[in-house]
Amino acid sequence: MLKHRPLMLKLLSALIVFGAWEIAGRVPVSYAFPTFIDSMAALARMTFDGSIFVAYAETLQPLVVGVLISAVFGIGLGLWIGLSKGFEWLFSPIFIVMQAAPLAALIPLLVMVYGIGLTSKVFVVCIMAMPVIVLNTASAVRNTPASLKEMATSFLAHDRDVLLKIILPAASPVIFSGLRLGVSAGFIGAILSELKITPTGVGDIITYSRSIADYPSMYAAIFSIILLAVIFLNLLEKLEDILFEGNNRGYAAD
Amino acid sequence: MQPIKPDTRQAVTDSAVSVRNVSKVYGDVQALKDLSLEFPRGELTSLLGPSGCGKTTLLKIIAGLLPATSGEIEVNGVKVTGPGPDRSFVFQDFALLPWASVIRNVAFGLELRGVAKSEREAIAEKYIREVGLAGFEKKFPHQLSGGMRQRVGLARALSVNAQVLLLDEPFSAVDEQTRRKFQEDLLELVKNEKKTFIFVTHSIEEAVYVSDQIAILLPRPSRVSEIIRPSSFRDKSVDNIRRDPEYLDIVDRIWASLRSYVE
Repeated sequence: MLKHRPLMLKLLSALIVFGAWEIAGRVPVSYAFPTFIDSMAALARMTFDGSIFVAYAETLQPLVVGVLISAVFGIGLGLWIGLSKGFEWLFSPIFIVMQAAPLAALIPLLVMVYGIGLTSKVFVVCIMAMPVIVLNTASAVRNTPASLKEMATSFLAHDRDVLLKIILPAASPVIFSGLRLGVSAGFIGAILSELKITPTGVGDIITYSRSIADYPSMYAAIFSIILLAVIFLNLLEKLEDILFEGNNRGYAAD
Repeated sequence: MQPIKPDTRQAVTDSAVSVRNVSKVYGDVQALKDLSLEFPRGELTSLLGPSGCGKTTLLKIIAGLLPATSGEIEVNGVKVTGPGPDRSFVFQDFALLPWASVIRNVAFGLELRGVAKSEREAIAEKYIREVGLAGFEKKFPHQLSGGMRQRVGLARALSVNAQVLLLDEPFSAVDEQTRRKFQEDLLELVKNEKKTFIFVTHSIEEAVYVSDQIAILLPRPSRVSEIIRPSSFRDKSVDNIRRDPEYLDIVDRIWASLRSYVE
């Protein structure tokens, strides 16, 4: 019982949220707010007729490409900014601005330059996901415990060893939390691009079901994207646990 | 009781480490000024002084982690220009990799030298046993007590088989009882390992207890004020050292000379 406590708590909190959703739908708080059960039924229908998979095949393209680009370039750029002393003032402001910019207002500009295809959508995902990854990586690298670097140097580490065996593992918790935030922002970006640029994939389901007042389908689509994001974030967490086993239990020097 | 004089025997003993006219300036602060000191081979020398006297700075210059502003250091007759395989360091804050198991931490120095995994783990296991941590190889640092963590740090320093061990207040972050056990183990280690130990501490009792030679450093700017070589109790059993009249006398005399420098 005690061993399954975290799982039980998760189930309990899910039960409370879905229960509240069901009640709010039954009241109803709004004509446009379906019950939980109706939404799940719509999700099941879309799953069985395959339309949800067709939609995701479309939505996942800009998402996966954008998240991969953001992760690779974001961590690379963050490392570079964190390691070099002079370039922080040049790059950090760009990403802080990117993070704060109202993206929806920039989308017409992107469409004008890159058209309404995949490129624009990938851009939106990157703009959402990249800044937090870059900024987190840079600050994590800059805050590597000095004593660990000194220790490695005293045991004759080369610069490459210091980077791969000290700086990266020490920065990994903050890099991973940046990745998690970046990925969730990327999900938002992917859906935003489908709502704002061209309705395709899951964005199309949301737009179309709203236009024909099929609210259960609309909420089912929204629910599915949240579910996917949660699953993905959990996988990311597992990956971190496997890669850096001792890291999630605090620093030895504390 | 004879007055304690700077020792003259050191000129004839073989030095593992020689510090000659070393100065260190940080900005406009003179941390070390024209400091010279010999460290006899196979012995433990303590650097003792009030805080801010530059003892850790001196240790890090010997380690090659800090450059000296002027002067030079020789280890086994070779001039120090940076960290080298002839010296290994034990850190005050342990400096263990939190993401690595005990065995990987101990073998880390060898890993950086490119020793094959099976070989370096065999060596690490030997030293883990030697410092009394057998059975903890797969644990992570956060699962160990402070004293055990420093044993890992010590095993890591021993496993690279450096001739000179540099210990920077290694026991200051562990509790008093663990500390006493450490001090006894250190005496054992000095006897068995035939290495040269340079030991920074701010504890007078600790310095007198473990040292073959004690260098008293006085601050601002730092210089060696005297060198003390306890003679009579070094060969006694560890249980009798703290009651030895010479031990008590040296502790008192060091305190008398340091007292005025302590704020």
